[in-house]
Amino acid sequence: MAPIGGPGSLFEVEVVESRPVAEFSSGSPKRRRRIRWWRLVVLVLAGVYFLIPIYAGLKFSFENAAGHLSDEAFRDLPSAPGFTAALTLSLKLALATVVVSTVLMVPTSIYVHVRVPRLRRLLDVVTVLPIVIPPIVLIIGVLGVFPQWAKASPYLLSFMYVILAMPFVYRSLDAGLGAIDLKTLTEASRSLGGNWFKTLWRVILPNIRPALLSATVLTLALVFGEYTMASLDLWTTVPVWIVQFNTSSNGHIQVAASMLGLVGTWILLVLVVSLDRSQSRRSRRKLGA
Amino acid sequence: MAPFVVYTFLGLGIPALAVIYEAFRGDSGGWTLSNVNEIMHGVFLVGFENSLKLGLLSALIPGVLGVFLAYAIQTSKSNTLRRLCATASGVLANFGGINLTFIFIATLGSTGVLTYWLQDLGIKLTSIGFNLYSFSGVLVVYMYFQLPLMVLVITPALGGLRANWREAAENMGASSWRYWLHVGVPVLLPSILGGMLLLFGSAFAAYATAETLTLGLIALSPIQIGNFLNGNVIAGQTHVGYAIAFGMLIILAITMIVYSLVRKRASKWLQ
Repeated sequence: MAPIGGPGSLFEVEVVESRPVAEFSSGSPKRRRRIRWWRLVVLVLAGVYFLIPIYAGLKFSFENAAGHLSDEAFRDLPSAPGFTAALTLSLKLALATVVVSTVLMVPTSIYVHVRVPRLRRLLDVVTVLPIVIPPIVLIIGVLGVFPQWAKASPYLLSFMYVILAMPFVYRSLDAGLGAIDLKTLTEASRSLGGNWFKTLWRVILPNIRPALLSATVLTLALVFGEYTMASLDLWTTVPVWIVQFNTSSNGHIQVAASMLGLVGTWILLVLVVSLDRSQSRRSRRKLGA
Repeated sequence: MAPFVVYTFLGLGIPALAVIYEAFRGDSGGWTLSNVNEIMHGVFLVGFENSLKLGLLSALIPGVLGVFLAYAIQTSKSNTLRRLCATASGVLANFGGINLTFIFIATLGSTGVLTYWLQDLGIKLTSIGFNLYSFSGVLVVYMYFQLPLMVLVITPALGGLRANWREAAENMGASSWRYWLHVGVPVLLPSILGGMLLLFGSAFAAYATAETLTLGLIALSPIQIGNFLNGNVIAGQTHVGYAIAFGMLIILAITMIVYSLVRKRASKWLQ
């Protein structure tokens, strides 16, 4: 299917694609036309459903308590009681999660790819478990049996976020490692006298940079959005702060903070999706397809 | 490899085992079935019923709508539109949590933008049985990330529908209706079911949106576990929370087993 015109061509009614066989069947053009109408309705409805909440969020964020257009909510946000503390905590947790997750998952994925590829299936299953076992179940288990000193530290959350991020991080790294010729690269490096660390640092890591970046971004999005564990472990991270913030003083601040969170996640995720695309394009080129 | 094994055992194995272990322990020690017995009755049973209902409805509604939406996107001639929709689905499927809650409060809450628009048209949301801060509200909010999730899951399967199947059907005089009945839907069904099971799992187990939207007042299993952790517990029932978690684990395990069976079947057509 070749691209025909811009997005506007969607709304044209005539049959564009010529399928030699289909022309013989009776009544075909009429049916195609009906399908186009149907598609227009579906897409417009979906567009409305997805855009109205975003519009409403923006409108609410840029309104003051009196209902006038204003950027008050965003200006008041940094000085809102407790916000800076929550942001600092979330940043610390995010940093710890990203570091631990990278240090744990990168060597593991590389090791499995190079040395024991038959364990890849097992790792696939293990790393999908955090999706199957929901956070609410994990946290009741954690709070039930972990020792008091661990529960007293906010970094228990980071410890668990590494687990929650595992499905995304592993899949991202796995795809990145699968796209390069790891075996040849490793052997070449070793034959030139590189030790394991040098091979990792100078050869493998630069080659999986997009995968690393997308794993990091997904982890960040997760840490900054996670509410279940943080609220039940009684730590005021940014999402917990938004919920607990006193609505009676100014509900617009809550919506503004949520909007910032959504737009921030949005930018990060668009980055990931476009990274994935450029990476898959590169690996396709490598395969000569 | 060793650090990974230790880490996942500590962070994933221990909590899961703890839930199973504690579900069968009495408050004063010793083994007991009374916790498990407790969740099969009364308010906790209602919690499971509501959670299952929420899971099923949000598997069916976004599940079916998602297939139509994905088909509408997939058959579009515009490359730009398809790429835009793919990116949008990838992003929107990851929304959720409390940010989404507040955006919807701004949209459909008592002073929400859409609420006012509908009021101007003479439609009162409450009179058509919709309340954002209740079951129906949770369903509508979940749909916001479940619809794109379904689109993401089903699009590869739609790509597996080969044009020559349709041409063959048309050549033999089949109407569009018959083509879908005998070819399209049977081929897609495993993928559709697989996607719906994912939606079921995510709605069944989610806590954040339901909790913040309804202030924890709705009887859903995850919220009941949260109440136990927040200390809203009747004396002598401190272990019932674990039993609810155990029950959720069993339901999710069954879901995942069915999912993997369905997936195997679905991959048959996706060469």
